[in-house]
Amino acid sequence: MANMTEQNAKVLDFDYQIQQQDEAFPTLQILNNAGQLVDEETFNQSDISDDDLVAIMQRMILSRQLDIRSTKLAKQGRFGFFAPTAGQEASQMASSYAFKDDDWLFPGYRDIPEIVVKGWPIWKAILWSRGHAKGNEMTTEDGKPVNAWMPQIIIGAQYVEAAGTALGLKKRKQDAVAYTYTGDGGSSQGDFYEGINFASAYKANAVFFIQNNGYAISTPRKLQTAAQHLAAKGWASGLPSMVVDGNDPLAMYLAAKKARAWSVAGNGPVLIETLTNRLEPHSTAGDDPLRYREQSDIDEWWKREPLIRMRQFMTDKGIWDETKEQAYVDEVNALIDDQIKIADNIEKQKISDFIKNTLEVPSQAMQEQIDKFESEGK
Amino acid sequence: MANKTYIAAIQEALDLALAKDDNTLIFGEDVGENGGVFRATDGLQAKFGEDRVFNTPLAESGIGGLAMGLATQNYRPIMEIQFFGFVFEVMDSIAGQMARTRYRFNNTRNMPIVVRSPYGGGTKTPEMHADNLEGLVAQVPGIRVVMPANPADAKGLLLSSIESNDPVVFLENLHLYRSLKGEVPEGYYTTPLDQAAIARQGDDISIIAYGGSVPVALKAADELAKQGINAEVVDLRTVSPIDIKTIGESVQKTGRVLVVQEAQRMAGIGATVMAEISERFILSLKAPIGRIAAPDSIYPFAQAENDWMIKADDVVEKAKEVVNYD
Repeated sequence: MANMTEQNAKVLDFDYQIQQQDEAFPTLQILNNAGQLVDEETFNQSDISDDDLVAIMQRMILSRQLDIRSTKLAKQGRFGFFAPTAGQEASQMASSYAFKDDDWLFPGYRDIPEIVVKGWPIWKAILWSRGHAKGNEMTTEDGKPVNAWMPQIIIGAQYVEAAGTALGLKKRKQDAVAYTYTGDGGSSQGDFYEGINFASAYKANAVFFIQNNGYAISTPRKLQTAAQHLAAKGWASGLPSMVVDGNDPLAMYLAAKKARAWSVAGNGPVLIETLTNRLEPHSTAGDDPLRYREQSDIDEWWKREPLIRMRQFMTDKGIWDETKEQAYVDEVNALIDDQIKIADNIEKQKISDFIKNTLEVPSQAMQEQIDKFESEGK
Repeated sequence: MANKTYIAAIQEALDLALAKDDNTLIFGEDVGENGGVFRATDGLQAKFGEDRVFNTPLAESGIGGLAMGLATQNYRPIMEIQFFGFVFEVMDSIAGQMARTRYRFNNTRNMPIVVRSPYGGGTKTPEMHADNLEGLVAQVPGIRVVMPANPADAKGLLLSSIESNDPVVFLENLHLYRSLKGEVPEGYYTTPLDQAAIARQGDDISIIAYGGSVPVALKAADELAKQGINAEVVDLRTVSPIDIKTIGESVQKTGRVLVVQEAQRMAGIGATVMAEISERFILSLKAPIGRIAAPDSIYPFAQAENDWMIKADDVVEKAKEVVNYD
């Protein structure tokens, strides 16, 4: 009997296949947990200036302070729904820094900070979380549209919508991309696959992020899939896919910047899995992480959070110090105080407006209801 | 005016819409070279190019999301769901997402999408293709559900749906595609949404129907006329929202009502019509409202359809019962 060919041996060697998957996705890291550069050459590729570093740090601080204040306000019953973001600042803020105003953001419900830095005022974000119609305006303070969708509640739905916008941007020959975020849980959804596959089939302008933050509410990452790397799912659709240290702001910025440039050039979408961790509950609506994870695990991840390493790196570089950080924290907190006051003083919404916001031309029954509620001042 | 099939009228409307506005796009499964499985988009890719008329990967939720994303870029997507029996795969995009867009953006953004899809039965399609799921989408606030009953309306209502800044689910009756012909006005015209039509004038009873049940009701009305009963047939045309005013005028004129739908008795539209009449016009009624609907079973396929679907004879019989009620 003839020997098996090397090729056929590989096809039939399932252990080999699994091992290949692991080897295919090394993690991009530029800054380690201690804030030291581990790859100077790659860092230099990012062309990141000191001003950029300061801007990314400020965005991460804004996100952290917003997280702290939102959580407090939620406990006082003054906020609506809020999904904490601590630990994910690099994954969210350093990546989104690589995108431009013309790019279209499709956020998940945990991605409020990315929308805020795109121009959505915090007071509108607060009102959105409270279910107030004024929060449903994706516009800047002076009323200009922000190129972002409302935070997506249905996990993964933003992926198919981003694919549509990505195709639209390609058709319109725009130098812009659609970029979108979901979590490790989101990567289990049908819409996740449909979104990356559609965008890939059309070679559309999209950058997809999976923020692998360890937990989908209580379900750990390992229960989402047997795939060793969530990024591997991108390969099935034929798109470049990578794993990035999601707590490393420099790696996140560079990965996003490269992905954007690739996609804008007409090559199609890119998928980025960010390895990070959700340090706090799933939401402020009563989730207790200690029902499903150990405190020691949470403590360990707090040591790896992105602000620590960015602070160290920038301090060593001589462009950051405690005074600068405290001054910025104070500035952000003053801003948030003002924004809460604006949100608290917005006029009460009306039921008749809910109906008016449902169809451009109301039906006969809707008009009757509008008239009735308006006559009652509601 | 030319005598055209229902599907030819739809194809003509799509052709006119693509010619009128470069922002209109048609996409779905097999809508390109193949012209759709029923040929509703036949020749449109050849005429308008692959940029405007294109096939998608086979994934309904992806198609719905694609439509929404394209709408954010000021396109006016006309997406096709190959059979309405497949709508469950895309219900989040339709009911959860596009229907809520106006509300979710405090009336600052439009969602001008048309979801075209064949529905109903009677053409011996495989299992889970044919179905009457209009009730499912009609109960979702923020979308319209339009169901034309003749070729002229199919064209005019489709053009209105494409012009709408809100999402429209436009349901095309499978059975009527090639079995029904009618006079269709030339050129571009629109037929208003949310307005019922009087398909046949009469004073003895109002038969309220929509979509594929309208030809059944008209056939029944012809038979009733032979028996001395002059039935008025109201064609709802838009089933969500329904035109309460036109229904009321007819009910107040005849005092007797029969609601006819192809869908199962438990499935929606007819029940809504009956509820509105009961709430608003009950004192005009001289008899309990009658109802003809399909049995409350799973929609059968192929051979069983013909026995199961509603028939003009049943409508005649029930109408006589309502008319003769004292």
